[in-house]
Formats: sequence, structure tokens, C-alpha cells
Amino acid sequence: MKRLLSGNEALARAAWEAGAVVGAGYPGTPSTEILEVFAPYPDVYAEWSPNEKVALDVAIGAAYAGRRAFATMKHVGLNVAADSFWSVAMTGIEAGLVVVTADDPGMHSSQNEQDNRHFARWARVPCLDPTDSQDTHDLMVAAFDISERFDVPVLLRTTTRVCHTSSPVEVGEVRRVTPTPGSYVRNTAKYDMAPANARQRRPLLEDRIAALSEFAETFAGNVVTTRDRTLGIITSGVAYHYAREVFPDASTLKLGMVYPLPRRLIADFAAGVDTLIVMEELDPFVEDQLRLMGIPLYQPPQPPAYPQTKSIFPVIGELDPTSVQRAAVAAGLLPGPGPADRPAPEPGARHTLPLVSVAALDLAPRPPTLCPGCPHRSSFYLLHKLGVPVNGDIGCYTLGMAKPLDALHTAGCMGASIAVAHGAVQAGDTERHVAVIGDSTFFHSGIPALVNVLYNRSNVVTIVMDNRTTGMTGHQENPGSGHTLQRQETVELDIELVVRALGFPPDRVVTIPSYDVKALEKQLKAWLKVDGPAVLITKQECALLPATKATYLPLAVKDNCNGCTICFRIGCPAILHSDALDERTQRPLAVIDPVLCTGCEICAQVCPRDAIEFRAEAMAHG
Amino acid sequence: MVESPRPAKVDIVLVGVGGQGTILASNILADLGMRIGYDVKKAEVHGMSQRGGSVISHVRWGAEVNSPIIATGAADLLVAVEQLEAGRYAGLLRPGGTALVNEFTIEPITVITGGAHYPSRDEIESAYAVPARRLLWVPGAAVATELGNKHVANIVLLGALSRLLPAVPEQDWVDAIERQVKPSHRELNRRAFEIGRSDAHVPGPGV
Repeated sequence: MKRLLSGNEALARAAWEAGAVVGAGYPGTPSTEILEVFAPYPDVYAEWSPNEKVALDVAIGAAYAGRRAFATMKHVGLNVAADSFWSVAMTGIEAGLVVVTADDPGMHSSQNEQDNRHFARWARVPCLDPTDSQDTHDLMVAAFDISERFDVPVLLRTTTRVCHTSSPVEVGEVRRVTPTPGSYVRNTAKYDMAPANARQRRPLLEDRIAALSEFAETFAGNVVTTRDRTLGIITSGVAYHYAREVFPDASTLKLGMVYPLPRRLIADFAAGVDTLIVMEELDPFVEDQLRLMGIPLYQPPQPPAYPQTKSIFPVIGELDPTSVQRAAVAAGLLPGPGPADRPAPEPGARHTLPLVSVAALDLAPRPPTLCPGCPHRSSFYLLHKLGVPVNGDIGCYTLGMAKPLDALHTAGCMGASIAVAHGAVQAGDTERHVAVIGDSTFFHSGIPALVNVLYNRSNVVTIVMDNRTTGMTGHQENPGSGHTLQRQETVELDIELVVRALGFPPDRVVTIPSYDVKALEKQLKAWLKVDGPAVLITKQECALLPATKATYLPLAVKDNCNGCTICFRIGCPAILHSDALDERTQRPLAVIDPVLCTGCEICAQVCPRDAIEFRAEAMAHG
Repeated sequence: MVESPRPAKVDIVLVGVGGQGTILASNILADLGMRIGYDVKKAEVHGMSQRGGSVISHVRWGAEVNSPIIATGAADLLVAVEQLEAGRYAGLLRPGGTALVNEFTIEPITVITGGAHYPSRDEIESAYAVPARRLLWVPGAAVATELGNKHVANIVLLGALSRLLPAVPEQDWVDAIERQVKPSHRELNRRAFEIGRSDAHVPGPGV
């Protein structure tokens, strides 16, 4: 029976069926659920590694040891793991290795929109690009076989819309039994990439990719479906489904493998249709290759100007049926829209979609915000008040940039905060810099940068915001949280001890509870007055963790509120303007939404009139 | 009782604010569609958008569903668990389609501290005027509060939605909800569904 599975669930299932013994990764939207779903399967080892490079090295280690393995990460994670990716592209493996990259077209939860299919071409490894959950399942199973047959890591590239769309999947019921290798392979010519060995391996990469191109000619993942021959569409990834939606009658070549491409299959498909187009999301990855092959593609009336090479569909953002149709109309592939109010198609009818234009209301945006009770809020309130430049990092606390907190001025990539602050200081910036990094990001790549602050002698004040979990991606364990991905108890790395061990002066490393606004303010002010580096660890469980939820106690605004608005400066979604006005100032009084309030007391501490209850008072009136 | 013919396809958009249960509601709808014999796709986005941001799920039922995303102006039904979000995504609903809107407001931070305007009910209704679509208000939040659990407004809305899909037997709805919620919450969710289904404000059928 078919099961309703997301792309990520289907991928985890396929890894288990294919006999993967080890799965390692670092959480990152949209990839996170893959390992969470894989971890409980029987007879597997799964881990959250401290970062993507470690994760890929772990998977490589398993594959060198003759066990099928895979690593998962979001697209930017492959940048972190790129060194390992290239290394294993050189060495090959003993047992199947799949590198899963989950790209994020549209940047739903990401800082850039890189198209990781380029990594495959760059490193001469095959790239699979599934269209939906069934494809993800089938290609993941195939990936391990391809990996072993060609002695190559396989890059399985998925995207947000594939990862997080659920559809029915026919799964296999049996796990592949892999013979356990007798002993560890000692083959330095293959696995020790000293230059002399690397030079010997180098030509093999070119031979291998040529052999893979031949394999692609008959690979079951590359599917030709002949319908009307007027229009042929070469497509991959989720774009295949937009092609089917907008051009239901067109013939299609669905490329399950986008690198290397099957030349003859493509040439034959091209010869069999009157007009040929490529439909793919993000970069013209397939389109550019077809042009190099000399395949005649449809030329729109306005071809793109150098350096753009994508001819019909947008290069920026996610595609969807509406954007695909608009682009097709603009390129002269479809007739223009009728009147905006023309009737909708008959239910179930398969023809051109309506292009409805609706007068858009100018509605208030609803950006994500720090949650009510978020332990990061107090630090950002203070940093805003202190007016210092703040170099930030990747996590929930990136939201400290939003108004009214407005207290985070850079946030580029994982682990950047501390070194970016250090660089500003060493460049001679006269303002004192504060770096802000979360606990999981500290373990990911913050530690080397903190070593650098000490070693190369800058005066950066680092705040490690330890909320005891990996927050933004949905509460994954990390080296400081005391549990592994497979729910085993383990050592809880103590951030303060780690920092002290690096050699920071004893009086320059302090841990303060995150909700204690006064203590945080006193410490930050003291450190900003004296020269030299310091590390403040703010510690409090994320407000969405079950342990914190059990302590929720809504606070109330008292009668002496005069609408001074200071509590609004903490940017808590639970503090609202009431309808009542202060008699004297005519300003709206504050009111706290008891459904949203957690009782963190940050607002109560910043209120200058003591007009917001503390927990003891709230408890007293029950 | 006359059996209603089953529609060839049903495209439903669910919108709300992170944490309101739009994903649970879309899980129920996807499960239901598959159990009653449709091909289905359910698309949603996780991560950053969950932190109190605007959220949207697409659920599609049909003989063969391709795009996971419903095109602009092509949704048959729209379920909004929050009023402002009903206005934001109005453009997805097709001419003649129906929106079910929870009578419930959550002020975005841009309204609380940024001076942005929270739209009135009239303004939200105006988003459905041209081309003409039907907007029905559902007291989901009030019913949920009466039932003692603010989190079941989404299920009240599914109850109202079920009136617009008369070809789907009530028991299939109840079964789909029970498969998706914790056993300890089944009774509460069944009550929420029943009250929503008996909502006199929703005349049905709509597809």
C-alpha cells in the first residue's frame, strides 16, 4: 500500500531500505527531518554532528570501512563540507556514499539561494534531482548502487518544495542485506591523497564521469514520455510538475540525473519535437549543458543578455504554476491571459490556468519574531540600549535584527559572528564590537573564531546565547544538550568550561541566566568599559521546550501603567496596546495576552513604574 | 439521502500564523483525501516561518496531482485560521470559490510596535470582492475557548469545511482527525469538528 510521505520521510525510508548503516548530518531547513526520521529505524547509526564537514567525514569514514552511509545538510552546509566532498570525489569509496543537499529556492529559511547542482559538475560526481517523494525514494535507492558501481560519491540534490511536500509513495518492505567486510581496507594509493597519489587518481575522475554519462543513456531515472510532439520539455526537480501542470499535453524528458547528461537520449528527444525548452528551478544548469552540446533550444523573442543565460523561466526564486505560466506567455509559448474575471476552468479540466489578478491589499507584514518568553530577548534589548555594533550569526537569534530590538547588524553564515567582529576591531574600528552566537553554532564553527580572538589579541565581547537546544530548526540535540540524536544520554559539554580551557582570564568568562536583565546589563557595561576580550554565556532553556512550557505563568499589567511604551521596546508579541488610554497622557496602556505570555519577567524588569507583575505576584492572585 | 457527486479535484489553501495548527489541519486533509481515493499533494514550509510568521499550506486532491503549489486564482477553498492572513492570501482563491475565516486576530509585531494598520473585517472582505468570491466568518476561536482549548479552532474550521464537501462522508472526516491527533485529544477534537460542522453560518455546498 502507498504511504503518504514527505520527500524527507521518503528519503530516510529509502536509505534504510538501501541498507545504509550510518547517517550523519547537521540540522538545517529544509533537510532536518531526514535524519530525525532515519534515526529510529532498526540497525542504523544516526548522529547530529557538530557541523556538516564533520558529518560528511563521518559518512566517508563509514563508506571507507565498507558500510553504506549518507550525510545530510542544507545547501549552505555543503560549503562547510566542500573540502571533504572534494576529497571523497578523488578517492572514491568501498561502499555506497550519498551526499544529500537540500537547496532552498526562494530562501524560505536561508541566507542565499545557491544551486548546489554545480558542486557535482565541479567535483565530477553524479547529481540526482528528484521531482517528488516517490522520485526521492527511488533515486535514493539508486544512488547507493550508482555510488558502488562507479566508485564515486553521489550528490542527491533536493529542494524545499520536494522535502516538504507529502505525496503517496510505494516503498520497499525489505532492507538490503549488506555483507560485513572482513577487515579495514589498507589502500594508500587510493585513500591517501598525498600529491603523488592524487596525480595518479586525477585522470580517473574524467574517465569516471564519461562512463557515468554513458550510464545515464539508459538510467531508469531519466524518463521520456511522448505526448504531443509540438512542444518538448526537458526538466528536472519539482519543475517537472509545473511543466505537467502548465503544459499537460507536452512531451517530457524528466532528468532524474542532471549531471552528467545522456547526450544521445537528449538529441533523440530534441529531434522528435518541434519546439524544445528547458524548465528548471534556479540556475540554467541543464540549459547551459544543452547549449554546449549544440542542442537547438527555443529562442524567446528577447533572449537573455550576457552574463544571464537562462532564456525563459526566472533564475531567481521558486517556480510555481503561476510564474511558469507568466514566463511562458512572455516567451511567446502560450497565448496571453483573457479578462481577469473570466470563469475558472471546469473542475478537473486540464487546460491553461486562470491568470487572475486581484487588487492586493496593503497588509501589515508578519515577519517571524522572537517568541514570547524567548531567552534571547533580554540581551538584544540591552544591546539596542547600549548602541554597540553587533555581529551576529545563524539561528533564532538572527531575529534580533528586527525592530524594535534592531540590535544585530551582520549575519552572513554559520560561525561568522566572532571573526567578523574581530576583523572590524583589527581594522581599527573605534567602536567596541559584540559578537552574538548560539550554543549549537558555537559548537558548529564558533570555537576556532574564539580561539582567534584570544590568540590574535582583540577585545571582542562574545555573547554565547545558550538556549540548551538547536532552536530554529525545531529543537535538535547538540553537544551541549546532554542527549544524542538516537536519544542516548551523553556528556553535556559545558560552554563556560570550554571557553575557560581556551585560556580566557577567569574574570572574563561569566554565565548569567538569560532572563536576569539587571545582571546582564551590569556585566556588559563593566566589560565594555575595560579593554580585552570577554565571553558572556546567557543560559536559559528555549521557551518552546517542554521543560519551560511546564512553567508558563501569564503575568498581568497593573493599574499604575501610564502607557510610557518602554515595555513595547522589548518586542514581545504578548504585549499589546489596550483600548484604554492613560487619562493624563492619552497614550494607550499596555495589556498582556495571557494566552501568549510565558511569565519570563523581562517586561516586568524593564518597566520603570513596576506596573507589570512578577511571577510571585501572579502566583499570589492565582 | 441524495449522494453528492464527488468533485474531480479539490484545491484547498490553509493559512494562518505559525503555531496555530495549520500544518495539523493540512495533514488531516491530505490523509483524508488519500483515504477516499484521490491522488494528493500537501505542501508546506517549515523553519524560519514558524516563528510567529505568516504560514501557508497547499492541499490538493485529484485524479493525478502534479504541482504541489496551487496557482494564483485556482484554489477552490481557502481556510484562514487568522483574519489578516485571509486578506493576504485572497488572490489564491478562484472566482466563485469560498473562504472560511476564523474570527480571530493576532497582531503582527509590525502592528504592535511598528505602527502598521490591522485591517478591519470590511477591508478583509473587500479582498474577496473582485473577482467575486464568497467569504464566510466562522467563530472558531470562540468555540475553541468554550471547549477549553484554544488550539482546536483549526478543527472547528475543518468542521465548517466539511459542509462544503458533502460528497465526503462524515465518518471519514472523523477517522482522519483521529488518526492525526493524540488519543487523549480525540474526544475534544471530535467535539470541535461537530460544532464546526453544525455551524449555521456555513450554508454549503461550495465546490
